[in-house]
Amino acid sequence: MEYSCSQYELVCSECGKRYGNQPLSACPDCIAPLEVVFDLAGAKGAFTRETVERGPASIWRYARMLPVPEGFQPDLPVGFTPLVRAGKFGSHIGADSLYIKNDAVCFPTLSFKDRVVSVALANAQKFGFDTVGCSSTGNLANSVAAQAARLGLKACILIPADLEPAKVLNTLVYGAQLIRIDGNYDHVNRLSTLIADEYRWGFVNVNLRPYYAEGSKTVGYEIAEQLGWRLPDNVVVPMAGGSLIRKIRKAFEELIFLGLVNRPERPVRFFGAQATGCSPITTAVKQGSDDIIPQKPATIARSLAIGNPADGGAAAKMILESGGCAEDVSDVEIVSGMQELAEKEGIFAETAGGVTAAVTSRLYAEGHIRRSETTVVCITGNGLKTTDVLANRYEHRTSPAIRPRLSDFDAYFRSIHSVSELVAAGE
Amino acid sequence: MPIKVVLPTAFTRHTDGRKQFDSNAENLPGLLAEIDSSFPALSTQIKDENGKLRKFINIYINDEDLRFLGGDSYPFQDGDEVMLIPSIAGGC
Repeated sequence: MEYSCSQYELVCSECGKRYGNQPLSACPDCIAPLEVVFDLAGAKGAFTRETVERGPASIWRYARMLPVPEGFQPDLPVGFTPLVRAGKFGSHIGADSLYIKNDAVCFPTLSFKDRVVSVALANAQKFGFDTVGCSSTGNLANSVAAQAARLGLKACILIPADLEPAKVLNTLVYGAQLIRIDGNYDHVNRLSTLIADEYRWGFVNVNLRPYYAEGSKTVGYEIAEQLGWRLPDNVVVPMAGGSLIRKIRKAFEELIFLGLVNRPERPVRFFGAQATGCSPITTAVKQGSDDIIPQKPATIARSLAIGNPADGGAAAKMILESGGCAEDVSDVEIVSGMQELAEKEGIFAETAGGVTAAVTSRLYAEGHIRRSETTVVCITGNGLKTTDVLANRYEHRTSPAIRPRLSDFDAYFRSIHSVSELVAAGE
Repeated sequence: MPIKVVLPTAFTRHTDGRKQFDSNAENLPGLLAEIDSSFPALSTQIKDENGKLRKFINIYINDEDLRFLGGDSYPFQDGDEVMLIPSIAGGC
């Protein structure tokens, strides 16, 4: 269950020992996470603006810098999601140059997890797994189920029992075996590690994890390319396990090394966002530490509800080194953040997007980011999957249904407007 | 009655393949000291050069993270299942 490749291989992030390419996530010697390391010098000249721009409108335009086996034929147009100027939301929070990287519309399952899963499953096939799996807070489950179906792989997916109904349905519909676990994500994760030990399955976030995580780099590549091959001043990223934020930085560093972007005068600052109800990484960053104290999650932002984040320490360290910081927001602020993004920008993000929007707002309000700086906010999932948190925010279910007559419409419209005006006038 | 110590495959190359063993240790420091003498190679694998448990290893008592139970000071109870497991998995 190994393959050789001259372009990349697994390397221990602590002791530096090299492991070739195999389904392995921890160094057998020191138990530290393995990372995919590329031969960057060998990529010079082969990965340029021109070669990228000639590629397809998907993450596969960056295939030369992704750990996908030689001969792999991409099937799905994953990623290359819009980077949109957020003028109205920006002016609302005091930001003149704000962009949203909108993975709420990532193909095929409407979250950034499509990126990581496509890279993981390319390797699962190469390693010969006929069953793949994951532990998931929802988005990953959706993506593994969909992409496994497309590739003809069996999927076994473990989730916390209290997951949002939409995410459960969006997994089952693809024919995946779904197993609900009576516990939180950290319990599910621990069980997945044990299952991966006993079954010859490719668990995308366990034994395929180094490959899977590398797929997140494409968010960083796309941000740079869509800004016109330049880097932003700041990036605001939601954090669960703490992997995405580090991989965006890795992507920026690779682009600088390979000459696709210039090294900015001031290094890009990274800002992490969590829900206060599950904030082990932001808590560490606020204390200037990379020591993660686990928490028991209690937040509506279930896609970020990882109380014991595997990459948390590394993420905290990286944020501090970049000159950024981290913030967390309450569940009330999360819902407000979702509504503001929708009302100002027409983007319906899931709860994690509400976290990121609300944290961004606070970062500007507290002066951590200056008005004129260029900032990219990462939205990682779609609000259609977490509609339950908005269920009681609108009155459409209790409002009267009027007869289909213009006179009824006129009367009703006047009545609601007069009520609104009274409320606005404080009467 | 002793506690039961459970090990995933990552740790069994230094235990002759044994995935579990019984122990009479009273707490985590006691268990680590016992591993020092019973499985010295395992001890090297799970502890850093300063003799501290490596940061990428989590300890679970039954289904609970030891850190929620008081850490090193938690007194093992009869019949506890103590699991050492790498913390290498996760989401975004």
